[in-house]
Amino acid sequence: MKKQKNLTAGNVIFNIINYTIFGLFTIICIFPFYYILINTISDNKLVSMGRIMFVPQGIHFENYISAFRIKNLPNAAFISLSRTVLGTVLVIIASSFPGYTLSKKEFWHRSFWYRFIVATMYFNAGIIPVYVTYKNLGLINNYLVYLLPSMVSPFNLVLCKTYIESIPQSLEESAEIDGAGYFIRFTRIIFPLIKPIVATIAVFSAVGHWNAFMDTVLYTSKTKLFTLQYILYLYLNEATALAEVIKSDPAAGANIDPATMLTPTAVRYTITMITVLPVLFVYPFFQKYFIKGIMLGAVKG
Amino acid sequence: MAFVKNNAKKQKSKMKDIGGKKLFLMTLPFLIIIFIFAYVPLFGWSFAFFDYKAGHKLLNTNFVGLKYFMVPFSNSILRADIVRVMRNTLAMSFLGIGTSMLPMFFAIFLSEIGFRPYRKVVQTLTTIPHFISWVLVYSVVWSLFSLNDGFVNHLLLKLNLVDAPIAFLGTSNNVWITQWAYGTWKNLGWNAILYISSLNSIDSMLYEAAEIDGAGRFAKIFYITIPGLLPTFFVLLMLSIGNLLNNGMEQYYIFQTAMNKEYIEVLDLYVYNQGIRGNNISYATAVGMLKSLVSLTLLFTANWFSKFVRGESIF
Repeated sequence: MKKQKNLTAGNVIFNIINYTIFGLFTIICIFPFYYILINTISDNKLVSMGRIMFVPQGIHFENYISAFRIKNLPNAAFISLSRTVLGTVLVIIASSFPGYTLSKKEFWHRSFWYRFIVATMYFNAGIIPVYVTYKNLGLINNYLVYLLPSMVSPFNLVLCKTYIESIPQSLEESAEIDGAGYFIRFTRIIFPLIKPIVATIAVFSAVGHWNAFMDTVLYTSKTKLFTLQYILYLYLNEATALAEVIKSDPAAGANIDPATMLTPTAVRYTITMITVLPVLFVYPFFQKYFIKGIMLGAVKG
Repeated sequence: MAFVKNNAKKQKSKMKDIGGKKLFLMTLPFLIIIFIFAYVPLFGWSFAFFDYKAGHKLLNTNFVGLKYFMVPFSNSILRADIVRVMRNTLAMSFLGIGTSMLPMFFAIFLSEIGFRPYRKVVQTLTTIPHFISWVLVYSVVWSLFSLNDGFVNHLLLKLNLVDAPIAFLGTSNNVWITQWAYGTWKNLGWNAILYISSLNSIDSMLYEAAEIDGAGRFAKIFYITIPGLLPTFFVLLMLSIGNLLNNGMEQYYIFQTAMNKEYIEVLDLYVYNQGIRGNNISYATAVGMLKSLVSLTLLFTANWFSKFVRGESIF
């Protein structure tokens, strides 16, 4: 934004320091992922000796194949993936459709219901009352606990409503004259027009669902419902859980090659990589939506 | 003529009326979900006034009034707990508030980088940690600092700087600082984005005028850029004061060990440990309820203060 043409000594020194500090911080942000990655694809024996630091050695992909033989992992991956997809679809429906209906002035007692929704942004009953409520609703150890509570977000709803209100009324009017009801008008006319905001909401919701962790801790105890995040947490924390995993690997008995045999460290690193890769892959493509998201939040906030 | 017009108007408004009810009915399922998940749990605050035990009906338990709000005053163990938990909560919140200028300076110095591709790469890569979960942050920390597998220990051993690996993680030292550092690693780049966009909205004429007056780089930062960013900074500061007691629990739950519990247990985590692990439902509800009320008061006070100082509310 500014042109610095004068190459005084002070400027040069400033630039060197400035570029270096940002370079270092960027490396600190990214290097751990690289370090974990090269440790998952290197010779497991060298890894356990701590020899893999900057360059991968003895590259192999056995760890990833073995990881998917771990008893609970495929199921956890399925739970994480399915809640991300279903959860995001539900969030999109539950923010765009009520956002549309509440943008209509004729909505029955509109201002009351709008306040009814917005007010929920400012209070929270707290961990224990929420837990007891879910228990009474039968949501403990129920897959729906991943989907329903996060479905209607007042914040996303307000974003959609504001966006819809900026669309000219006349676009809907011709359809209204043709006798199209609210639902048809929403699906045929409004929804295609609000795609930019829907994309932003979808991207944030998907990352949120993929990364969600506390709901598994609080509301589930069944292995069947564990997510990838939770499985990773267990393996990072509990040496015994890991020992079980390695013992239960059917190929472990046959696999005596120390270079590719699963080790606790290999399991931890590999599951980390499996959990982080979707986010790392998706991020560059959706960066503009993420940045738009924070701007919208700021305008609203 | 007038009669016909009037009639048509009436009919139209009747149509609107029916339409309005239709709209309401179509939205009802969503309103019910909001009622169930945001309003119904509020009834749970009543547990704080009863001797509630899990599995019992509330009606079969004894009404105890404010007993659970008074317990910390009479019971010295719980009092010590509350003091410790509040100390941790406030320490970590104030570390965050005290360093809340960092994202602003990150944005300012990043904009001083003239080579655009470098700036873009830095901005993209430093925002990535924001999008990984705290469990993954834990895994990253583990891969860097663990005793036998950590990168830092490998490096120190290789460079012969230490004789034996250092137990960075199994310690109760510097818990607040390290937790703050993890949070900063995760969110600094992301938090700077807001300032980067505000930077672009500062009038470039100001800089040109200052240049003509002979202002150097730092003079321009000090007299133009920082004053231009202060409104954004102020809003965020007020919001973080409103969230003084809400430092969340995911991060602290994940990093909690037997060793660092003394320093890492914040209010939310304490409520969880007491209520769900310790089964003291009534007491935990009372603590959580007080926390919610204090938070709400703080938020509205901050908002009032913002109106008073800048004539603009924060929400």
